[in-house]
Amino acid sequence: MAAQLQFRDVTLGYDRHPAVHHLTGEIAEGSLLAVCGPNGAGKSTLFRGIVGILKPLAGQIGLGAVAARDIAYLPQSADIDRSFPISVFDFVGTGLWRSKGLFGGFGKAEVARVDRALSAVGLTGFENRSIGTLSGGQMQRMLFARLLLQDARVIVLDEPFNAIDAKTANDLMDLVLRWHKEGRTVLAALHDLDLVRRHFPHTLLLARQAVAWGDTLQTLTAERLLEARRMCEAFDDDAAACAIDAPPMRAA
Amino acid sequence: MVYDALIAPFAEFEFMRRALAGVIALSLGGAPIGVFLMLRRMSLVGDAMAHAILPGAAIGFLLSGLNLFAMTFGGLIAGFTVAILAGVVARVTELKEDASLAAFYLVSLALGVAIVSIKGTNIDLLHVLFGNVLALDDQTLLVIAFNATVTLIVLAVIWRPLVIECVDPLFLRSVSRAGAPAHLAFMALVVINLVNCFHALGTLLAVGLMILPAGIARFWTRDISAMMLVAVLSAMVSGYAGLVLSYLTKIPSGPAIILIAAVIYLVSLLFGTVGGIMRKLFPGRHLEA
Repeated sequence: MAAQLQFRDVTLGYDRHPAVHHLTGEIAEGSLLAVCGPNGAGKSTLFRGIVGILKPLAGQIGLGAVAARDIAYLPQSADIDRSFPISVFDFVGTGLWRSKGLFGGFGKAEVARVDRALSAVGLTGFENRSIGTLSGGQMQRMLFARLLLQDARVIVLDEPFNAIDAKTANDLMDLVLRWHKEGRTVLAALHDLDLVRRHFPHTLLLARQAVAWGDTLQTLTAERLLEARRMCEAFDDDAAACAIDAPPMRAA
Repeated sequence: MVYDALIAPFAEFEFMRRALAGVIALSLGGAPIGVFLMLRRMSLVGDAMAHAILPGAAIGFLLSGLNLFAMTFGGLIAGFTVAILAGVVARVTELKEDASLAAFYLVSLALGVAIVSIKGTNIDLLHVLFGNVLALDDQTLLVIAFNATVTLIVLAVIWRPLVIECVDPLFLRSVSRAGAPAHLAFMALVVINLVNCFHALGTLLAVGLMILPAGIARFWTRDISAMMLVAVLSAMVSGYAGLVLSYLTKIPSGPAIILIAAVIYLVSLLFGTVGGIMRKLFPGRHLEA
């Protein structure tokens, strides 16, 4: 399989401080990759770099044939104004933006697609509710429905199952597996290591640097998890400029 | 009797018909913009920008008296300048946009009043501060109608990105580049409609026909399209009833219109079906499911 995403010595961060440091590697098309690591390990930062919200401080992220705007992205804490008067149907319908744009008509076919997406996440009957009335789990289901409609080749999920009950998490995980089966590339930041071991063939263990990257069972070993946990979270204000030119290769 | 009060003034006097046409056009353009201002929590920003228009319009007045085009042009330039400057100051410095706008608007108001006073009389000053919807001439009416038309067309074009940007800005950024242009176009519409309302209601009340109807709409519906409709209708009703009120009493037209809108707002606040006070106090027995 061809590489879909390529990281070439990527450093991402804020105010010159690296949050992801010298990451090099490839993600093959159609892979299902879990990104694990302690809080502050750089998982969200890495995802922001992939979808183009954050520019790398150094190195490059190659997207191959996909445009940055063809990557569907579910942020960790979506910046959604829940008091805004919009119905669940309309909100999910915005997932069709790529194909409909400013003026594209919303005909029977589109309505049916939105309905299918809503029923896939178990929100049938919620069409006319305003988004402010949804619970946290229902909100997450709704966001997954929008991801379904985006029909993207690369899907990036930042801690999608946080504060979600087991049933909802299972339902949403089934969607993730369905995307995998359809040949889409899926990346997910996760903390539930059992879930990762059960469903994700590959894992990137991140602690600012890549601690390990590869087959899940070989990545999530006790000693490597310990190594990841030892990472120092705080930025050093007096840190010298990084001098490493060529870091060791780590690739899946 | 009812005819005498409600219809006769408009049948008899041309200036009343003109004024009515004027407020209807203002409602069509201004109220939807007001709804978006409210939903983006920018109601006070609109107010501040309305004051910011004053020095521009005043300089136009200084150069060519109560000339429509000079004052419109001056107002547009001043409005855009302040909108852009406030945005730049907020982005470049630590000061938040609302604080920088407050500074700009105080300076603008003082400057505007000073400039008008240099050349004009107190009557002119009153005209600039509170407008005079009863003195709309053909040209002004055409300008107002033109601006309202432009507003509705542009709003239709940027509707989707504008709505998505309000609800989920990060999503819009990840799927499209339309966010920033839509925001700029919206700010331009705000300025255009403020200048529009300025002719009829003056600098101090200009936002009244934008923000009050938006507030009214919020209490009656949870759907944004319906909100637009309620806002436009309540603005039109306020305009019409305000004109009648000012015809029957000695209240000037501008304040009369805004007062009527305020009464409707108060009623909505009390009895509105969406989050009105009575609804909150007496919600009725809870449902089964």
